Amino acid sequence: MPELSLLRMPNVSRRDLLTAGAALAAGAGILPSGADASIADLTQSGTMVPVRLLVNGKEADLLLDVRVTVLDALREHLDLTGTKKGCDQGQCGACTVHIDGQRVLSCLTLAVAVQGQRIDTIEGLAGANGGLHPMQQAFIDHDGFQCGFCTPGQIMSAVACVREGHAGSDTEIREYMSGNLCRCGAYPNIVAAIRQACTQMPGH
Amino acid sequence: MRPFAFQRAAGPEQAVHLGADSAQGQTDTPVQFLAGGTTLIDLMKLDVLRPQRLVDLRDALGSHRSIICDERGLHLGAFATMAAVAAHAGVLESYPVIAQSLALAASAQIRNMATLGGNVLQRTRCSYYRDTSWSACNKRLPGSGCAAITGFNRNHAVLGVGPNCISQYPGDFAVALVALEADVSLSGPHGVRRMPFSLLHSPLGEQPQIEHSLRAGEIITGFSIPPGAWTRRSLYLKVRDRSSYEFALASAAVAMALDGDMVRAVRIGLGGIAYRPWRSVEAEQRLTGRPLTEANAEAAAAAALAGAQTQRDNVYKPELARRTLVRALLQARLLPAAASGA
Repeated sequence: MPELSLLRMPNVSRRDLLTAGAALAAGAGILPSGADASIADLTQSGTMVPVRLLVNGKEADLLLDVRVTVLDALREHLDLTGTKKGCDQGQCGACTVHIDGQRVLSCLTLAVAVQGQRIDTIEGLAGANGGLHPMQQAFIDHDGFQCGFCTPGQIMSAVACVREGHAGSDTEIREYMSGNLCRCGAYPNIVAAIRQACTQMPGH
Repeated sequence: MRPFAFQRAAGPEQAVHLGADSAQGQTDTPVQFLAGGTTLIDLMKLDVLRPQRLVDLRDALGSHRSIICDERGLHLGAFATMAAVAAHAGVLESYPVIAQSLALAASAQIRNMATLGGNVLQRTRCSYYRDTSWSACNKRLPGSGCAAITGFNRNHAVLGVGPNCISQYPGDFAVALVALEADVSLSGPHGVRRMPFSLLHSPLGEQPQIEHSLRAGEIITGFSIPPGAWTRRSLYLKVRDRSSYEFALASAAVAMALDGDMVRAVRIGLGGIAYRPWRSVEAEQRLTGRPLTEANAEAAAAAALAGAQTQRDNVYKPELARRTLVRALLQARLLPAAASGA
């Protein structure tokens, strides 16, 4: 088991481990042969397209399969893994990002369709000096998460919720945050975090 | 998801040309128009929709997003987002049923993405349509039968259904549109045309896979809702399994003009229970010219659901729909008197 040796290596993140494991698996021919064949076919049939994305203020030129969503472009091609893949079918909100300032679901958005638009992710939320955004700090202050998987989506959605003016009461917050599911059930703390942050966010 | 070619139409004429092979009402069409993508990309991931080509309309027709509310009525561009219309001050004031039908649908993220034109064309949530492991679905595989009739059909339709399909139209906005006698504006290979919105969704016939009356290449560009003394005293009541971000089990769009307690005019739409966006002229007739009492509201609701056909798991639906409509009517009666003018 080559993966086991990686577990003992210092400074290896879970993400590095998963990537390394996948590479080893591919190298060892563990992937089903059908998967290799389909990838080759796609390249040959010309479905790879050049895509220029503007993410967190930086332009990135990518060559992507036309089917790649913004979510997969961020995670698999730009190594921005803060945005999470929960259901991948528009039901959980874990993949929430901002496109041209509006919160949207990156799993239902094709990368090829948002060229020229501004994409903002959780990685771009903190200040230039690395200080946390008031919403990030509020989630820490109020224990607004348990496992943390839904948290980047919750925070991106929460920031938009405040900017839209939909954080006026607990009831309003619950309604306008209903597109972000939390399997740990941290909802009361998430509402408390948003109540705090909405008084601290600039202009609110 | 299967591979496809992606084309971004530069202008309206090119969009119509590129979409000449589209047939928006059909699951097996080789070309699909892309607007917000919230239904299309989802169903492509599920392998229910398998287009060979997507035509992105946003550059070509994205300018059709205006919201005009004046004495001639309400005009909504088809590329306005659900969120934009739900938050529009004029819509909130003069057509609350429209604003509420949008605000109570989907989630904030989806309302930011989804356009009005795509919203009215959203596909059924029937699990036998959405799950390709079921071989019988007349909408997905014409002629294959209906797995829902003998399956788990708790949230399937009871009005407008037949032995070949009991799927439910899942939307809310279209229910308000059909009640308010909206028109839909279309742009297609043979120019522009306008037709009653009530003709957009096809009634169930021999071919459940054909869901709309759009011609090949036609694109929805807008909706026009006529003014009326009833639009201000209006609301959308949605009953569902959870209080937010859920499709309706039953819903009612009501709009009325009252003279004291007397119903001068009323418009009634029903959602969550029908094969297509449903207007109940029967219920309207029962109320018009009569006082809006609880007994009269119940009589109207009974008339609206008289033709209901239930299955094993949705026998509760007619009663739920009746109570939803009665509650909506009585709530509308309590709204402040409408100011003069539309």
